[in-house]
Amino acid sequence: MTISMPTTPASASDPATATASVPAPTARRILAQSLFEVKAILRNGEQLMVALFIPLGLLVMLATTNLIEINTGDWERLDFLVPGVMAMAIMSGAFTSQAIATAFDRRNGVLRFLATTPLGRSGMLWAKVAAVFSVALIQLAAVAALAAALGWRVSLAHLVVALPAVVLGVAAFTGFALFLAGTLRAEGVLAIANILLIVLVVAGGIVAPADQLPAALGAVAQFLPSGALGDAMRAALIDGKFAVLPLAILAAWSVFFAALTAKTFKWQS
Amino acid sequence: MPATSNHPTERGQRSPQAAPAPATLRISGLRKSYGDNEVVRGLSLVARAGQITAVLGPNGAGKTTTIECCEGLRAPDGGQITLFESVAPGSPEARSRVGVMLQDGGLPSSVRSIDMLRHVAKLYLAPWDIEDLVERLGIESFAKTQVRRLSGGQRQRLSLAAALVGRPELVFLDEPSAGMDPQSRHAVWELIRSLRDGGTAVVLTTHMMDEAESLSDQVYIVDHGQVIAQGSPAELTSSGDVALTFECDTPVEVPALESALSSTLGTPYTVTSPRPLRFKVSGDITPAAVASLAAWLNEHGVMLTHLTSGSATLEDVFLDLTGRTLR
Repeated sequence: MTISMPTTPASASDPATATASVPAPTARRILAQSLFEVKAILRNGEQLMVALFIPLGLLVMLATTNLIEINTGDWERLDFLVPGVMAMAIMSGAFTSQAIATAFDRRNGVLRFLATTPLGRSGMLWAKVAAVFSVALIQLAAVAALAAALGWRVSLAHLVVALPAVVLGVAAFTGFALFLAGTLRAEGVLAIANILLIVLVVAGGIVAPADQLPAALGAVAQFLPSGALGDAMRAALIDGKFAVLPLAILAAWSVFFAALTAKTFKWQS
Repeated sequence: MPATSNHPTERGQRSPQAAPAPATLRISGLRKSYGDNEVVRGLSLVARAGQITAVLGPNGAGKTTTIECCEGLRAPDGGQITLFESVAPGSPEARSRVGVMLQDGGLPSSVRSIDMLRHVAKLYLAPWDIEDLVERLGIESFAKTQVRRLSGGQRQRLSLAAALVGRPELVFLDEPSAGMDPQSRHAVWELIRSLRDGGTAVVLTTHMMDEAESLSDQVYIVDHGQVIAQGSPAELTSSGDVALTFECDTPVEVPALESALSSTLGTPYTVTSPRPLRFKVSGDITPAAVASLAAWLNEHGVMLTHLTSGSATLEDVFLDLTGRTLR
């Protein structure tokens, strides 16, 4: 049987002609991938809901109603609440949203496909780091803007002091997200990441501080990433102080989840 | 006989043309196990620039595992894989020169088709012109549709576009036309042929005989993790076993036909029925044999709908080699 088909010879300019294919420079590949991931989150309704609208809604609800009793001590209610809502936004973006996005990318073979392109696995990792920090910045800017509209004021110095808490919080929660996404089925990750978000918001010491929770729960919560991040954000934005113990706890969680993820992450489900 | 060989690489180099094209992919003695299950057992294969190489085999034969080792997605347990004579699978150089279409697509579900393609193009300095690729694969009609809403065939075409957009010198296509309608399949085949004509080395896995037969320059039939036959489709099917294969509109009584042919022509014939209404006559195939067959069918009022003489089809060869039992 004949296998050669009459086809016109490909000219040199024909895209189908094999040429030495050249990758884009490393930085440009990573930038392209991180923008792609950020856009995918901002364009996805459910992701946007979790990462942006829930923290913003929570801020409005807590700031304008007394539905939930939180002891704000000597502080203005808004001054006390905003750091916790920012911490909650970091948790929803770096943990819930990232866990779900990565789990579905893994299930759909996106991670395996990208691993075969010039981006590769290390490029994907760096792009992921850039993407989660970009999303966190967008979230924090949105929370700060809404808080300012409600009358919140903060000094630049306090914002700078909050930076280590933001960085370590994003690192710890992203590590946790990737650990779940790299080991469980996508549907399982979807359920767990959403349920844990609710549990930690209610009982994780993030918006309502650990010392206001029932004693036994509070003792545990202050050592969770949620409680430590909430405490570190409040210390920074209210008092302008580095909270050493909470920051150390966040650093420990970051290292723990990074090591665990490196050991357990499976590229294909 | 089909070109069975324990040394496929040597046989592959003895191609009919004067100088063989350089080996773009060379696999020798590849081994890979998952736990106790050894799925690839010493597989060797060569793919060349400007050729379409088909890896044909039943489900579970080790095709996808082999390809994934070549793509750098899995680490082999043994043997060697070399790309472009000196490049290791999965290395940065390999990743920029190799295009991959995975069996499960590899597409994010919530983005629009065209955005996915544009994004992958950004990973390369001189990508394939998107407009051209979109036109060749008929992607316009679903360019703005989210990946999750695409049909299976549309998804396959988008994955193929993503594999090609970097203008690779070597492409791996894992079951490229699975789930496609006939129109899409022909568009995809046309594109694969034009890649071959442009000098690209194409390696595809398939379990579709017609795909392997009409597309490929070299076929490797793989079963239980090993190459059990290889050659061009013509070589594989031009076996010494010349036969008459016919199809008809009503069932034929096999033993009666067999004895009629044998006694009329004075030499033994065997008749088998690979599937209902399809029969194969083996023996001394001569013009007289064709005439006797036609006469016998005439006497029994059976209408011939299809008759071929000579080589077996690739499907016959494949089933002869891999067996007919379901697995």
